[in-house]
Amino acid sequence: MADMIVLLRQVPDLVEELELNDDSTDVEREFMKFVLSEWDDYALEEALLVKEASQGSVTVVALDDPDVDQVLYTALAKGADKAVKLTGSEEGWIDSHQRARTIASWMRNQTYDLVLTGVQSVEDIDGQVGMLLAQELQHPHVSVVVSVETKNGSARVTQEFGGGRFSELDVQLPAVLGIQQSRQAPRYAPISRVRQAQQAGGLEEVPTEVSGGSGLTVRRLYAPESTDHAEMLEGSADEVADKIIELLRSRGLIK
Amino acid sequence: MASDVLVLVEHIDSELTDTSYELVGKAKDLAGGWNGEAVALALGSVDTSELAADRVLKMAHPSLDNYTPEAWLEALHAVVQERDPKLVLIANSTVGMDLGAGLSGRWGKPIAAYASAITGEDQDVVVTSQVFGGKLLAEAVIDGGQGVCTVIAGSFPGEAGKGGGATVEDLTPPAALGESRTSFVTTIEPEGGDVDITESPLLVSIGRGIESEDNIELAQEFADAIGAAVSASRPITDAGWLPKTRQVGKSGMKVKPKAYLTFGISGAPEHLEGMRDSDLIVACNIDENAPIFDIAHFGTTTDLFDLLPALTEKVK
Repeated sequence: MADMIVLLRQVPDLVEELELNDDSTDVEREFMKFVLSEWDDYALEEALLVKEASQGSVTVVALDDPDVDQVLYTALAKGADKAVKLTGSEEGWIDSHQRARTIASWMRNQTYDLVLTGVQSVEDIDGQVGMLLAQELQHPHVSVVVSVETKNGSARVTQEFGGGRFSELDVQLPAVLGIQQSRQAPRYAPISRVRQAQQAGGLEEVPTEVSGGSGLTVRRLYAPESTDHAEMLEGSADEVADKIIELLRSRGLIK
Repeated sequence: MASDVLVLVEHIDSELTDTSYELVGKAKDLAGGWNGEAVALALGSVDTSELAADRVLKMAHPSLDNYTPEAWLEALHAVVQERDPKLVLIANSTVGMDLGAGLSGRWGKPIAAYASAITGEDQDVVVTSQVFGGKLLAEAVIDGGQGVCTVIAGSFPGEAGKGGGATVEDLTPPAALGESRTSFVTTIEPEGGDVDITESPLLVSIGRGIESEDNIELAQEFADAIGAAVSASRPITDAGWLPKTRQVGKSGMKVKPKAYLTFGISGAPEHLEGMRDSDLIVACNIDENAPIFDIAHFGTTTDLFDLLPALTEKVK
């Protein structure tokens, strides 16, 4: 049995065009669409799988990110037992160090066995929140985890390396895990269930103070200037196919 | 604070990774500008004779032989406390994901992650990092000129880190290594038996744009027609549509075929890391702004569902 805390965060939807703010130190967040960080979605799924296998509970927690209520209610609809929103943070790009400290200040008053969060996010330029949180709370941590199993006060986790190599580790609880992938695809919560969760309310709001920063000063953001952008092949599918075949033939790669 | 640049090297089966040499080469470059040393830290058993660092620090202990984040962080932190380097470089690998932010939190110094370039401006450390899925670069300064940097593989030439000649020092492991709460169980090696995509001179590589498992046949038919193997980006193997052995990228295989033809791959940094050195890259993606076009030699925004059958037809 394991009582788990899952950290969730909203990030800019990369499907949308990213515009920069006036001094180019951040993306323009005001009209941007935000979505749950995909790795956090895996973390939630893995926690729900662990709960199904060995009981326990799942508490989801997030800072007051844009549109985060929807994400927390969706987590409840999927099977999380409790949802907590930590308020008091400023709007904008909240760095990982601040996130970790804020969450740690709340966690010091909680009881839990295991903390799961996404292994990374698309904007954690000052490092991954899970690993920073582990240092704040002095817990052992493992990142790039693709499978979790709990038993008798420890977790057996599978950590992924490149090239199809993995290792299995046993970690004493409490511990923090950065999840790369869940054992199965994140479950879907029907809109009706999300609506039910919303109507039932039950989002716990906890005011927190955010302290300190990352010690990193972003001078500017910019789109990578491609020095040699691909030469684009134009024409119908047929014409483009001809050009590609010719590229391969001229190099002697196909007959 | 010393002026040294410390590199945590990594190894697989007692051999150093390519990225270890890349980082040591960069460390020499940076440390030269600060009148410090390029120092490589090797934990566990590994042959470091080829490293061109000024100094190689070696630490051996039973709990360091098989990697665990806790023991390695303990060892790394002890060395960093002792030597007070200006900058610590770690690859943005699984080890770097564990230890980069871990060391930042423990040491109380900043970290710049996902770095693809690092420069010294007098005593300042300026880092260029890939953010937002590689759609943007961030240029950031490490406050106080001391911290940690995790670096994307392939960012720097490896040759500069090779040649040997380092002074080797054996270090005493910290006592806390014996108290680790994390224990190594076993290593799972790659499954054999499938196509070895690292050996194939031609790869037809598919990504999310292929939309469904059934559509993989379109890519397979074209691959069969030209004698290529089918590889994929992470979403495809995660979905179980192709075995893990077909995955190209940071967490998959590094490939360098004569031709790498992509269909429906947008080109996240993690994917590019595994294929950027291919001789010829031709990319097909309906989003003209997809990052894959910044690395491909030739590109097209033709719909892959029109292009793949046309290609197969023409070769037949």
